[in-house]
Amino acid sequence: MNLQATTGAVRQRLGGWSPRHELIGLVGVVERNLYLVKRYVWWEIAFFIWTVANTLTIVFIARGIEATGGTIDVNRAAASLLIGAVIWAYLGIIFEILTETVAWERWEGTIEYTFMAPLSRPVHLFGMGAFALLYGMVRAVLLFSLCLFFFDLSIPGADFAAALVVLAVASVSFVGLGIMTAVLPLISPEKGSQLGFIAQGLLLVVSGVYYPVDVLPGWMQAIAVVSPATYALDGIRDAILEGEPLGAMGDEIWPLAVIGLVAIPLGLAVFRRGERYAKQHGKLKRSG
Amino acid sequence: MSSSLSSIPSPDGPFEDVPALDVADLRKVFRRGARTGGRFSARRQVAALDGVSFTVQRGETVAVLGQNGSGKSTLVRVLSTLLLPDGGSASVFGHDVLGEAAAVRRLVNRVSVEASFFKRMSASENLSYAARFHGLTAGQTRDSIPDILQRVGFPRDRRSEPMENLSRGMQQKVALARALLTAPVLLLLDEPTTGLDPRSKREVQAFIREMRATHDATILLCTHDLAEAEVLADRVGVLDRGRLLVLDRVTELNRRYGADTLEDAFFAATGREFAEETDPDDDREVFA
Repeated sequence: MNLQATTGAVRQRLGGWSPRHELIGLVGVVERNLYLVKRYVWWEIAFFIWTVANTLTIVFIARGIEATGGTIDVNRAAASLLIGAVIWAYLGIIFEILTETVAWERWEGTIEYTFMAPLSRPVHLFGMGAFALLYGMVRAVLLFSLCLFFFDLSIPGADFAAALVVLAVASVSFVGLGIMTAVLPLISPEKGSQLGFIAQGLLLVVSGVYYPVDVLPGWMQAIAVVSPATYALDGIRDAILEGEPLGAMGDEIWPLAVIGLVAIPLGLAVFRRGERYAKQHGKLKRSG
Repeated sequence: MSSSLSSIPSPDGPFEDVPALDVADLRKVFRRGARTGGRFSARRQVAALDGVSFTVQRGETVAVLGQNGSGKSTLVRVLSTLLLPDGGSASVFGHDVLGEAAAVRRLVNRVSVEASFFKRMSASENLSYAARFHGLTAGQTRDSIPDILQRVGFPRDRRSEPMENLSRGMQQKVALARALLTAPVLLLLDEPTTGLDPRSKREVQAFIREMRATHDATILLCTHDLAEAEVLADRVGVLDRGRLLVLDRVTELNRRYGADTLEDAFFAATGREFAEETDPDDDREVFA
């Protein structure tokens, strides 16, 4: 055995580690998820059809109100509901993918290999977040375009670029919240994933996804103030329905930036604590 | 951990004097609900590792023999930074598994009894993303993945096939390829041939021998296969109920216990037949 060569290998491995390696690792996380999308492509299509059906159902509510005697601006109400449904689907995808960080890997049995890889946890989680944003954005654009076409909605003067910027800023907070929910399957292998849906449901109620936040009781409105989805929906609706430019969206962008700045470190801290708990109690592997 | 960080050499320090693996008084206790108690019954403590101490020199292959639930896998998980020890210390090339987990992960890889992969993904895809986690670019793995799969005797025409279509033996070869691809300085083999048919077992063992001869790695082999330990290892240890009873060359073990075979030596060391089932009231296997 060439001990000198071993020493050389050890030195090289320890000395050669760099942010570049972390970046390559992050690409690896995205690459792995792309492989999974490719391998489960028919399921992806099936889930997308389900999302389209779900969104159409919600947008039809606008037409239903008119049909049952209500007087509303159907085009505007439908567009507003469509925005709510698309952002909700986008948020759902981010939560789902980040929660799968642990849940799917535990099911496949790969979680220990991922957690012992020389990839820092923040980079690992940001990789999952990056894929979730990429995948969620493609899905959201497709979903919005399809429904727009289906209902023949007219949105003159919409500022889609501003809407996308608001969504991008909001996504930072969404990833932070997603990282917090991702730790739940580590703590409870059986029910952890479902607890993620509870967090999602709470955001749905208070953030004005399908109705203005003003209709909520005061205490719920107070919770809505700290929900990034509230500002995301406000900003995106203003950009698409009113054609408001980005410069006029300080009231949405600043709170989103602040929530994002808090949510990411908080999410990482929560995950770190959950990982430590799992490693202390042998919960990383399901049977251990 | 009892080890002082200041005593750990830096990558530029006196590496030649550091053992590949240094384990001192390592302890891990799991708490489990009482077998007969109800929801509020007291939790029992089970010592999975009970003051384990040993050293492995660079380039050495050491086998740890033990029955199911003896603590072998717990030991491997602690050394892989997947479990936090409750006491004692363990260091890999001078790097503490608790205090310097990131450094340890760059030096270690593992092959466990379950060939854990994303089952819908192919062997090439699984190896590809795993390599990224270790900082290897697509350019670096374009040739090395086919090469390494060829070395383990993986058929070229099955590289793109989902892992779920492959036999256990074939999957275990890919697991070895995954470990070797990242050129680990310390390789942890946790029952790598358990459950394989005789032919696959022989092939995997031959490959481990080849790795020993050609690849500059230190190997810790945890197994309950006496013949495998005898054939592959320089020294063999006996782990029983979390305690390392002995660690020496096979000839020395046989001499010490006045035994003709390793099985006899094992019996003399533990006071039990090797094939004998563990105490029926013992639930240590959950930590295996």
